[in-house]
This record gives sequence, C-alpha cells and structure tokens, in this order.
Amino acid sequence: MADAGAGTERPSGALDTFPKLLGRNARERPDAFALREKEFGIWQSWTWRELETEVRELACGLAELGFERGDRLAIIGDNRPRLYAAMCAAQSIGGIPVPMYQDSVAKELSYVMEHAEARIAVAEDQEQVDKLLELREACPKLEKIVYVDPRGMRQYDLPVLVSYAEVLEKGRERHRRDGAFWDAEVARGKGSDACIILYTSGTTGNPKGVVLLFDNVVEMSRRGAEFENLGPDAEVLAYLPMAWVGDHIFSFAQSYVVGFCVSCPESGATVLDDLREIGPTYFFAPPRIFENLLTTVTIRMEDASRLKRGMFRYFMEVARRAGIPILEGKPVPLRERILYSLGALLVYGPLKNTLGFSRIRVAYTAGEAIGPDIFDFYRALGVNVKQLYGQTESTVYVTMQPDGQIKSDTVGTPAPGVELKINDDGEVLYRSPGVFHEYYRNPEATAQTKTPDGWVHTGDAGFIDDDGHLKIIDRARDVGRLADGTLFAPKYIENKLKFFPQIKEAVAFGDGRDHVAALVNIDLGAVGSWAERNNVAYASYQELAAHPKVLDIVQECVSRVNADLASDAQLAGSQVTRFISLHKELDADDGELTRTRKIRRRFVADRYSELVDALYGGQSTCRTQTEVTFEDGRTGTIEAELRIREVAPVPALARAS
Amino acid sequence: MAGPETSPAEAILEVENVSLRFGGVQALSEVSFDVQSGEVRAIIGPNGAGKSSMLNVINGFYHPQEGSITFKGVTRRRMRTHEAAAQGIARTFQNIALFRGMTTLDNIMTGRNLKMKRNFLLQALYLGPARREEMEHREFAERVIDFLEIQAIRKTPVSRLPYGLQKRVELGRALAAEPDMLLLDEPMAGMNTEEKEDMCRFILDVNGEFGTTVVLIEHDMGVVMDISDRVVVLDYGRLLADGTPDEVRRNPLVIDAYLGTVRD
Repeated sequence: MADAGAGTERPSGALDTFPKLLGRNARERPDAFALREKEFGIWQSWTWRELETEVRELACGLAELGFERGDRLAIIGDNRPRLYAAMCAAQSIGGIPVPMYQDSVAKELSYVMEHAEARIAVAEDQEQVDKLLELREACPKLEKIVYVDPRGMRQYDLPVLVSYAEVLEKGRERHRRDGAFWDAEVARGKGSDACIILYTSGTTGNPKGVVLLFDNVVEMSRRGAEFENLGPDAEVLAYLPMAWVGDHIFSFAQSYVVGFCVSCPESGATVLDDLREIGPTYFFAPPRIFENLLTTVTIRMEDASRLKRGMFRYFMEVARRAGIPILEGKPVPLRERILYSLGALLVYGPLKNTLGFSRIRVAYTAGEAIGPDIFDFYRALGVNVKQLYGQTESTVYVTMQPDGQIKSDTVGTPAPGVELKINDDGEVLYRSPGVFHEYYRNPEATAQTKTPDGWVHTGDAGFIDDDGHLKIIDRARDVGRLADGTLFAPKYIENKLKFFPQIKEAVAFGDGRDHVAALVNIDLGAVGSWAERNNVAYASYQELAAHPKVLDIVQECVSRVNADLASDAQLAGSQVTRFISLHKELDADDGELTRTRKIRRRFVADRYSELVDALYGGQSTCRTQTEVTFEDGRTGTIEAELRIREVAPVPALARAS
Repeated sequence: MAGPETSPAEAILEVENVSLRFGGVQALSEVSFDVQSGEVRAIIGPNGAGKSSMLNVINGFYHPQEGSITFKGVTRRRMRTHEAAAQGIARTFQNIALFRGMTTLDNIMTGRNLKMKRNFLLQALYLGPARREEMEHREFAERVIDFLEIQAIRKTPVSRLPYGLQKRVELGRALAAEPDMLLLDEPMAGMNTEEKEDMCRFILDVNGEFGTTVVLIEHDMGVVMDISDRVVVLDYGRLLADGTPDEVRRNPLVIDAYLGTVRD
C-alpha cells in the first residue's frame, strides 16, 4: 500500500524520508488531523495539508536564513506543533534536527550546542532564548535563534534573534519566487541520509550524539506500528521530552508513517487533564508516571467515603483475580466474568476515565523496571500495559511483549527484525535495521559500542528465560560482588525498594564491601499523606524524612525487600543491612539524576561519601552538609544530622523454593 | 528598558494636595504626585504611612476631604469605585479578595463584568447575542489565563489554591477588566523568592506588552528598586520624597525614616 504512489511525480518515489511521507499524507488524507494543540483552553487542530504548508514555509524561511544541506538545527522547547514542524522542515532541506532537553540549564546545553555546532536554533519561548543567549560566547557558530512565542521578547534588540512568524514570512516569499525549490530539496533526500541526532543523557561522562538515519527511523517505526496494528485513527499525547528517542518515534515518526494525529498538551502542568480530554489509544510512559498515577488514586481513595472505599477494594480484588486473564483472552469462570463486568461499570470504567485511559489499546512502559504490583494493577483494570526494552542506539525497539505473553519481570521477546545475544559477561547485544549509524563526531565511542558486524553492546546485564523472554537485571558495569563474592545487583535491589509507594529513590552500595547498605528518598506525596492522616506534623521534606515513625516505615519496606532477596539463592547474601533516609530529594539540577531521572550512582557515592562512610562505619548518626541548586539556578547549603538504621537480615532459607 | 519613553511623559493620573482624615486621624496630608502613562510607579513607606489609603483614594473607595484626583484629564472629588473601574482603573488587594468558592476561570470572568453589555434576561437564558458576548469574554479570559500561565488551575476553586497562586488569580481578574491603570496593593506579600520573581515578570510584562500603567505598594525594597520607574515615599501621611529609585535611595530623609540609619 505504501508503494501505491511510487514513481508518480517525484524522482525518487520511495517513501524513505519524513518530508516525503508528509507529502504522501497531505495528498492522501489532506483534511485529516496531523497535530493538535490546546491553546487558550481550546484544542486547535492542524490538518496534514496545513502541516505541509507550515513545514514548506518554515523550510524555505530557514533556507533564506542561510540554513544549508547537512546543517544541524537545534530545537529546544516543550512539545509544540511548531517545533515538530521545525524537525521536518530541517529534514526537508537536508538538515539534521537536534532536539534538546527543554529543562536543561544553560551549562548542560552548552556541551550539546558546542558539539552539534548548530548555526540556527529554534527555541520555544523567552526562557529557552535566554539560555541560548547565555551560550553565545561558547558557541560562536550559532548565528540565528528563531523564537516561536513572542511573549516577553520585546525588550530584546539583538540581530541574532528572529521570530518564527518572520521566518515563515520569508519562506512564503521565497516559495513565491522559487516554487520548485522545496519540492526539489525534498526529492533530493534519501533513506541513507542522517535523520536526527539525539543526545543521550548519559549516566557517566558527556552526552553522546546518536546519529540515526531515515532508514533506521522509518523502518523501525513501520515495524513497530505493524506489530501493534496502529492505524490512522490512533490518538497520541506528546508530553515526553522531544529530545528523547521514544517521543521521536511515537509522537513524530510513527505519526508520519501511519498518519495518526498527535496532540500537544497545553502546558507541562496540565498533562493529566489533557490526557483525560484526549483519551489516547497509544500511550507511552516511564514507570514513574504509572506509579504517580497509582499513588494519586490510592491517596484519593483513602480520602473517599467508606462505601466507595469498600467498593474499590472489593472490585479491585475481583480485578486482580479475573482482570488479567480476561485481558489476555484466557478462560475465566462465568461468575467472575459477571462480577468483572459489574466492576467495569462501577469502578474500572470511571477510574480509567479519570486517568484518561478509557481508550487505550496499547500502553508501553520502558526505561526502568516497573513494580509488579503497579503493572498488574493497570492490566487488571483492562489497560493493556506492556513492557518494552530499547535504547536510543536501537531506534527504541530491542524487545517488546507480544499480546498474550505479558510478564511483569521480563521485557519481552525480540522486536520484529531484531537479533539478540548474550555475551560471556552476561551483557546483552542486539543487531537490527534500527542500529544507529554512529555517535556524532566520536568514532572511538562508536567503535566501542558497535562491533564491525553490526552488533551493539547495550551495557545491560541480563539473560533469556525459558520462554525466550529477555530479563534485565542491571547495568552490566554496575553488577558487582560483595567482599565474600556474593552477587550484588544494585539496581535490582533499588527497584525492589522503589516498588514501595513510600520510597521514591534508593541507591544501594555493596561492591567490594562486606554488606549492602542504602541511601533512601521517601516519596513526599505518599508519606506526606500518611503523615496527615496520622497527625505527624512536619515543616519540610528534611523533617519528614528524618521522623522516627517515617524511618520505621522505611525500615519495614527494607525488611520486606530482604525477605524477598532471601528467597533467591544467588542474591540472598546481598540483603540491605543499614540505611539512611536522605535529607534532600535527589535531583537532576544537582547532577544526582540524569534528565530522564536515572541515578548517577558514582556521582551520588562521591557527593555523599561521608554518609556512605558512616553506613559502613558503625556509628548511629552522621552530620552532613550538602550544596543544593534551586530551580532558578542559585545555590545554597542544607545541613542535617541523619540517623542510620540497622535492619536484621532474613535467613537465606526462610522462603527457599 | 524601552517602556515609558514611548509616549512623551504624559500624566495619566494627577494627585493634588490630597488630605484624608478619619475622625481625628490624619491618614494623608496634602499629598501631591503624578503617574505618567505607561510607567511603573511604586508607593513605599513604613506601616501606617498611608499607602493603602492612597490607593483607596485613587480608586474611589475613600473620598478625600481636600484635594483632587485627575485621571485621564477628568478631575473628580467624589467618585464611586465602580465609576473608577469603568474609567479604566483595576486593582488587587493586600488581603486577597477573591470569590473563594468559585473557580479561577469564573473569578477572572467576573473581571469582565463591566464589559458585559447584554441585559440580565438574555444572559440568564444564554440566548443569541448574550451567548456570542459570553464567548468573546471567555476568549479574553483565556488570554489572561495563558498570559499568567495558570492553565492548570483553570477549573480549580480558588480556595484550594496556595497563596501565591491566589495572588496571581487576583491579578488575572484585574487584567480581565483591560485597565489603563492597575493598582497593586502588596502583590508580593507572603511570597517566596521564586513566586516573587514570577510576579515581577508578570508585572513587567503587563506593563511592557499592554502598556498598562502600574501603581504598586510593596515592602520588598529589592523588588521596588528593580521594577519601578519612579517611587513615591510616604511617611505619616506626608509625601517624603518622589523620584527615581536611585534618587530615593540616596535621599537622606528616606534613609532616616524608612531604610534605616546611615552607616558610616
């Protein structure tokens, strides 16, 4: 079907780039919606034809500004239709878009801007423009900053700035003058051209720019869409950073390939409302979003009337028994089916509606392990949540869970076209049509990651289980051994801790030590709500985190994790014996987490070295002083006296199976 | 900054020899100053100096025993608050005065009240012209919501909002009236640094983008000196000084009365 229009009007008939796919969509379904954005309280839509016009005018305008084939176009801002249009506009005239994380501070952007050597940047608003202006000295190559939202820009009188509207105007003029230019440029593009550079946030060292070709992105998007039977009627909410490969595939690439409509939320703070209004059918969220939603539901149910609480509890019990088998089409006794239908009417339906999940056909979670309770909760409600394992380097897809073969502790079987193998060190390697071209201007890193015959090192340790499903345990280099040789997989332990709603983050230590110890962040939402119900007064995160009763709760969680670990012969020795509840939340602004909220383990160990020493020192308290960065970029210090709690290990054979 | 210079120093408001007494208490005595079109004008002074009284005189809530107020060339001695509002003066209050049970959007819509032309019956039945009018006003309210970045709380009852956001909603309601002059009574009181910075930005943006003249009372000296074009200093109901932030900062009388004693 995709080849129906081959060779009709364009020299290269293959639909091998996004600008060409845009042309097809504008021809075949001109009045169908391509993008939607909520502005002034109303959803404003753009059809494929309108989008094509916008992309053409913008591309011509960029060309007028001096943008040339092979140039990089830096793009920074929230998910906005015009920024997505800018991606395709750059591609249409042979440029390479480089989306950047919109919440990065100027210092972090500086590396990417310098490395990508973008001459033109498109920025959403004044906030992003300010950051780019700060970088001008470090990035002499930056010639023009195109700003989309003119708000607050009146006092800037700099030749480097130009408004998006002005660029469109220039583009319109150029197109009038030179009508064949854009079509010819689009036709020059081919599948083997670079499509996008995505900088990985990197848990260590500087970010690396992953260069993906059109052949990678178009091909993997198509396969992924076919695997899930995505049609043009799919609905997607684009709310994850544009710089992240998942958003690029789900909210950009697959929309062009399949022709479905992507909606952009009104603002970062309204995502949950927008989710409910749009009711996506195809949804992606990292585990933490599913967790947060579940926490909100739990908190609100605790405040609900007794009748509602009782109903919720009863029917969630029914759902836990019958929901997952029904979702997977397995036989279920009639009585259970009837009860489940009743529950769907009274509880699951309204609940899914509140969450915006009523219409979901496929929801993915990836990036981190998801708690089995959370995973099962959504599946029991009838929301088809599945796990996906992938990387920027693989154009997202490495493994995914086919319908009917869903397990909470594995990430599924190889995605279409992907080959998988585990090397002698237990590291997972893959080969696929989605394998990235190179790390931009970094041949050493490329050579380290990609073997000459196309296999890519994931850096993750895992194994393939009896059903052919991949199970990831940790980053390969993080898997360590205790002093006595016991296997120590920190992430595995941390995830088990984080599966408790009361614990937001955890960092486990133990490599080369004689026992395992952990730093823990409580979840302010869940613990705060508990404190409110139990009359525990507190003035700050720091005070709540150090409250003896809160420490008791955390201790209980740790004990349960230990019991869990004790049941696994290999990991029984790596139980957590001591922990500290941290006085501040780990934060990407302080460099403790990456922008995608993964722990930067070594950095944390370094920064809190005195706490780590205390964990292994035997004392029961520790004084500490920590420098923190506030949201506006200023810094301050907080001091605290922290208690260290001991947890008794569970005997290894307690729950041996 | 390229703000006030656009129009050639034309006074939008002139306060002349205003005196205000409550029984035996002299709240204001012979205060004179002017506000130029398009500027940000601050009124400062210690507690009880008469700052809020001054605002109340300007928007017609108090009627001074002596002196006159000239707004946009019209001189008045007695004017009611709604007349002042109809002339283009909107204000916010030291203690937030929102309709607590109503949503953010509804509160902002009340700011459009004076602009609604259709009669009560048409509005109640939501018929033809009233309906179109409602839609226009709603659109304007949405622009205000967008401007103040409060989309996420559009449908939230204001009583459930934190203090800083309530202040922002109050500013929104004042803006919804499309005022020529905005009176802000301690817009930053009780806010943390981040909220203050946001509020400063909104005030400067209102002033810069819409050319709205702003008169504000504020205690945070840093804020006042940063965002105002000119400052009036009151002390015990009298005008102590009047000038640019720099002039006021250097004025020995002001240093003495308000900013503390001179260091040597």
